Amino acid sequence: MGSVGAKDVPQLLDANGKRIDGRGLEELRPLKIEAGVLTRANGSAYVEWGENKVMAAVYGPREVHPRHMQENTKAVVQCRYNMASFSVDERKKPGLDRRSQEISKVISEAFESVLFVEEYPRTSIGIYIEILQANAGTRCAGIVAASVALADAGIPMSDLVPAIAVGKVGGKLAVDLRKEEDNYGEADMPMALVPKSGRLVLLQMEGHMTAPEMAQALEMGVRGCQQVYEVQKDALKRRYAIQRPTEAV
Amino acid sequence: MTNEVTTEILATHVMELAKSGKRLDGRALDEYRPVKITPGYVTSADGSALVELGDTKVLCGVKLEPGTPYADTPNAGTLTTNAEVVPLSSPDYEPGPPSPAAVELSRVVDRAIRAAETIDLKELVVTPGEKCWTCFVDIHILDDCGNLIDAALLAAAAALKNAVLPAKRFEVGEDSPLKVHHIPIETTFVRLGDAIVVDPTSEEEGTTQGRLTIATDETGNVVAMQKGKVGAFSPQDVVSLVDRALAHGNRLRTLLPGGNHP
Repeated sequence: MGSVGAKDVPQLLDANGKRIDGRGLEELRPLKIEAGVLTRANGSAYVEWGENKVMAAVYGPREVHPRHMQENTKAVVQCRYNMASFSVDERKKPGLDRRSQEISKVISEAFESVLFVEEYPRTSIGIYIEILQANAGTRCAGIVAASVALADAGIPMSDLVPAIAVGKVGGKLAVDLRKEEDNYGEADMPMALVPKSGRLVLLQMEGHMTAPEMAQALEMGVRGCQQVYEVQKDALKRRYAIQRPTEAV
Repeated sequence: MTNEVTTEILATHVMELAKSGKRLDGRALDEYRPVKITPGYVTSADGSALVELGDTKVLCGVKLEPGTPYADTPNAGTLTTNAEVVPLSSPDYEPGPPSPAAVELSRVVDRAIRAAETIDLKELVVTPGEKCWTCFVDIHILDDCGNLIDAALLAAAAALKNAVLPAKRFEVGEDSPLKVHHIPIETTFVRLGDAIVVDPTSEEEGTTQGRLTIATDETGNVVAMQKGKVGAFSPQDVVSLVDRALAHGNRLRTLLPGGNHP
């Protein structure tokens, strides 16, 4: 998307229907999640998803800063999605641009939908997502990392939140777009799912899809999220596995 | 936010330990924490390294882009060092513009890189007064468990050592390694009562009565210093700390990928 007038548009699907990196249409990039990677944070997680590298930390529930943001009936969920200046090809100026602010907002709202915020009035739950290396799908990778970090912090929520983008490349629907597919494809639709309720807590879309395509894309996204969900649960199980003492020799 | 009472109790404890030559994490007064360096951590950067100094984690990415020399230095490329202290890194982060501590961190690291002539900015000129390479050294703080200055410079030095001039990407020729001439290492000490300890943890930084950072190069020169925090050092303290800094610097330099050669 957003590449009108680009000079070299690559071929996104080959004759065998394989994608630019050899994947099938419903095949995810390799996903690796590690929980509890930071010392200072109350909860943290690191995600490598394809060429994305994302770190998330959670602090709280704690006092609200600035104070006037405090709410008497619930915790405020403050997410900050930030990209390191070296995470993209052309150096990004440090700090939150409009895109990062928007993403921070929709992610805050996505998590407020699953956190029991009314249990923690007058507090803040800070969710900090740092994109260290970006290759399309960073907001989804950020959500995936953040929800594992929230669980690692022991903050009650109704479910983990997996996320994935579904898009359209070379006229076909495909999950988990990489950079070239995002840049030159026909549509991109990131979504985050609450698997237990089957509901979407984040949904954005840009591009062109017909109504039947949209229905199919949503189904593919839900299936993709189910796969991500398993990797999230596995990361937490590994983190909190009981360490049995090795048998005395 | 850390409770003020626990902070006070912890501070007293740290001071009492230091009196008997001990530290909270069991280290000797002149013992550095283990250092792990992962070069080339971020492929979107032209040079990068992740540095783990004990539990402190710092990631540096170097970016090189075509730019214009400053008017007063037409024969030199440009260098910008910036440290991002992000809220992920510690509970003490406060929103808003970079804190004075974050600005100090950027500047102290920048000063060591410049003063040591780590890279020769004249080699970054393409056309004097018109075209040059701009070198951005961006340091991202991930986990602040103390001594960000030393960790940040280690990450910057390691990242510069594997940086490549991306001429191909900007269609101005073939890629070539960025030439690194000298390797500065910063060694930071804090005073705890009469004891002066190296490589402070965040607990020790919270207790300190003065912090001194000494940057040395591989030729045995001191290239930059910064005294920070409330507290004081005697000239004799400084003289002996320079010796300690040189010894630590020489050892840490061998840990940088590419060995001892600058």
